[in-house]
Amino acid sequence: MRRRHFLTVSGGAVGGLLVYSLDGKAFRVSAEDKTVHIPLRFFDEKEARIVAAATERIFPNDETGPGAKEAGVVIYIDRQLAGPYGRDRYRYTQGPFEIAASDLGYQGKESPGEVYREELKKLKGFDSLPASEQDERLKQIESTHFFSLLRRHTIEGMFCDPMHGGNIDLIGWQMVGFPGPRMSNRDDVGAHFGEAFRPRPAGLQQIIGIKVVSSEDEK
Amino acid sequence: MKTLPAVDVVIVGGGWTGLLMAKELGSRTPLSVVVLERGPVHDPGEYSKEMDELDGAVRKRSGIKVQDCSKETATLRRSESERAVPLRELGLLIPGTGVGGAGEHWGATSYRMMPESFEVLSKTVERYGAKRLPEGHSIQDWGVTYDEMEPFYTRAEALLGISGKAGNIRGKLIEGGNIFEGWRSEEYPTPPTTTPYFSSLFREATKSLGYHPFPAPVATLSEAYTNADGVSRPGCTYCGYCNMYGCMIGAKAQPTSLLLPVIKRRKNISIRTGVWVRRILHETSPVKQRVQGVTYFDASGAEVFQPAEIVVLATWTLNNTRLLLLSGMGEPYNVKTGKGNVGRNLSVDFKFAAARVWMEKPLNRFMGSAPTGISIGDFEAGVLDNSNLAFLRGGMLRALNSGYQPIATFGPVPPSVKGTWGAEWKKAAVSLYDHMEDVRFDGELFAYKCNFMDLDPTYKDVHGDPLIRMTMDWGENERKMAEFATAKGVEVARAMGAKEIIPFRGLGHFDANPYVVTQLRGGTIMGKTPDVSVVNRYLQHWHASNLFVLGGSVIPYAPSARPTLTLLTLTIRTADALVDRYLKDPGPLA
Repeated sequence: MRRRHFLTVSGGAVGGLLVYSLDGKAFRVSAEDKTVHIPLRFFDEKEARIVAAATERIFPNDETGPGAKEAGVVIYIDRQLAGPYGRDRYRYTQGPFEIAASDLGYQGKESPGEVYREELKKLKGFDSLPASEQDERLKQIESTHFFSLLRRHTIEGMFCDPMHGGNIDLIGWQMVGFPGPRMSNRDDVGAHFGEAFRPRPAGLQQIIGIKVVSSEDEK
Repeated sequence: MKTLPAVDVVIVGGGWTGLLMAKELGSRTPLSVVVLERGPVHDPGEYSKEMDELDGAVRKRSGIKVQDCSKETATLRRSESERAVPLRELGLLIPGTGVGGAGEHWGATSYRMMPESFEVLSKTVERYGAKRLPEGHSIQDWGVTYDEMEPFYTRAEALLGISGKAGNIRGKLIEGGNIFEGWRSEEYPTPPTTTPYFSSLFREATKSLGYHPFPAPVATLSEAYTNADGVSRPGCTYCGYCNMYGCMIGAKAQPTSLLLPVIKRRKNISIRTGVWVRRILHETSPVKQRVQGVTYFDASGAEVFQPAEIVVLATWTLNNTRLLLLSGMGEPYNVKTGKGNVGRNLSVDFKFAAARVWMEKPLNRFMGSAPTGISIGDFEAGVLDNSNLAFLRGGMLRALNSGYQPIATFGPVPPSVKGTWGAEWKKAAVSLYDHMEDVRFDGELFAYKCNFMDLDPTYKDVHGDPLIRMTMDWGENERKMAEFATAKGVEVARAMGAKEIIPFRGLGHFDANPYVVTQLRGGTIMGKTPDVSVVNRYLQHWHASNLFVLGGSVIPYAPSARPTLTLLTLTIRTADALVDRYLKDPGPLA
């Protein structure tokens, strides 16, 4: 059995963070908590720190709003890679594996989990570099399959329903004015022309009041 | 192999056309009808739980709502000189699975085809001469005309409750509808859906340019509707969870909401789920062929034989073609000699963003329904004069308000912004998020001799049977049409007052990027004579008269209208032919 890994963060740095434990229960980290141990399903702590740093460079916190760290993107990616997606449960993985034109889709043998594990080895110490050097390092790998996954997963983690571990406190949705699964826009779809209509966002479970089993928790 | 008790009709595939045929035969006759479906049962009452973009539109609920491609996929190459590789992930294609099939997650766009689409070869030649046809084309007439189709279109529209505005009722043109459409015997069953902001900008702009905008006909109800089967559905709430989702309230016509309530009332129809059909068994004598039934792996994994008097193949374009090829029925198409018909005339949706636009004001893009929008038919084949243009045929420009979710739509920025990640990109992508839209073009795609399907020589499914191989590329006609449509799209975008416009980059080679062309056509095409088609004008196999083939595989090329409404219309026509003629006197109908 895999040794349990935790992402250790200081409460001060992530005040207000909502995190999910291994059994799916949510708890909020307050600024008073000195250190918090977030249980990891796929990464070890070093890997998680690199991914957290890299995704923050892809989607930084700035004056337009919060970034990947506040949204919990690393927690989202950790859960995805441990789940059926990360293990390629639904990808066609029979050989032969040909090197094909890139516009015929990813043809590699490695699952997303295997790609991260392998490529993160090459980014040792990334999280302790200054931001400008981190950007340089990412530019060097910009055209790789790994980076395209990392970028895609960052966007997913920013804007997924919070039940998947990202978009904590709906900060991604609030930033772009997406209300989540709103059951009816019937009275609004033909109105508000030319002006921003921003209903208060809510996650799926909040709206329907039922626990939903997400794909990463599939057995 | 165990032989099961014989049934009257076995329908392979529990999607749109299979379930519609089951409903028609099962409720109009006492025949015993068995539907064989590979996936699970779906309960539309549970669909509100699936309104989650990540598991829905992104991960696609593989194996539950959409085919598990770890077990079976297709391979793709652009030409014979390329080696085909498997589509390892869903994206380019999103075939449905389970009861309802892709009919549960479709967008519900429901245009009729333009009248001359059905006689595409003779009408094009009549107007422009055979010399202008593109080299290597393989278009042909369908064997059925629009006038013959019209009453069946009307019935299909009444079944689904299509919302729209007629533009031509028995020759009388009506402002506000599509005045270029074929004649129709009556108004749409329900009025058009609400026109949201972006589509209304498109409507005003196209009107000011002298074009003829009309509301897109949709199978997502604008208001509550009860059809002749007594099935009631509510009006749409514009939640935006249509494409890649089942509709939580059944406002969208989906088989589980529209057909299943009727099927469940009939004791002579049964649906077996979790079964994987592998072969059609047939006896072949010099005089005629006859199918005996099908073999399948049952839910426990045992292979069994299900005998039947009539077999209906309704497993979507790729699998209809694949099952005929695997079963050794009919001559496989040979691209070198041009002989054989099974696999011929593969075509796909030909659609792209003619102009990507960023508007001054926010669009509230989260509201809408997949098919809701405004279109213009001014550039459709038969309307457009191609005499002095570099291409034949045409298509329509459209604006949609599909209801957008952020994972799929966050990120694109105008070319003035550098990079696709990092601070500058993020800032622009966040502030422009709710301002971006597309002026779209849906064009006609010719069928070509070089675009076809056959069995892949290398890759196999989970049971060891060869995958289907697609050989598919765009032609010069499409490249030229794309240039024309892009110019028109940019013209409209300017008239809409777009702040930034990116014109379509131009058509390269066909690729596997996920832009969803699930609506494949061809492979078992219908036609006037057995030398150029697999099924006759009643979708009956030319050589085995107790085999009928339904779905996209019978469509001989890709007109600009999405095929679903037409497939349902053809299915109703076939059901009539079966009930009124075949059952009384089994044998060839044409």
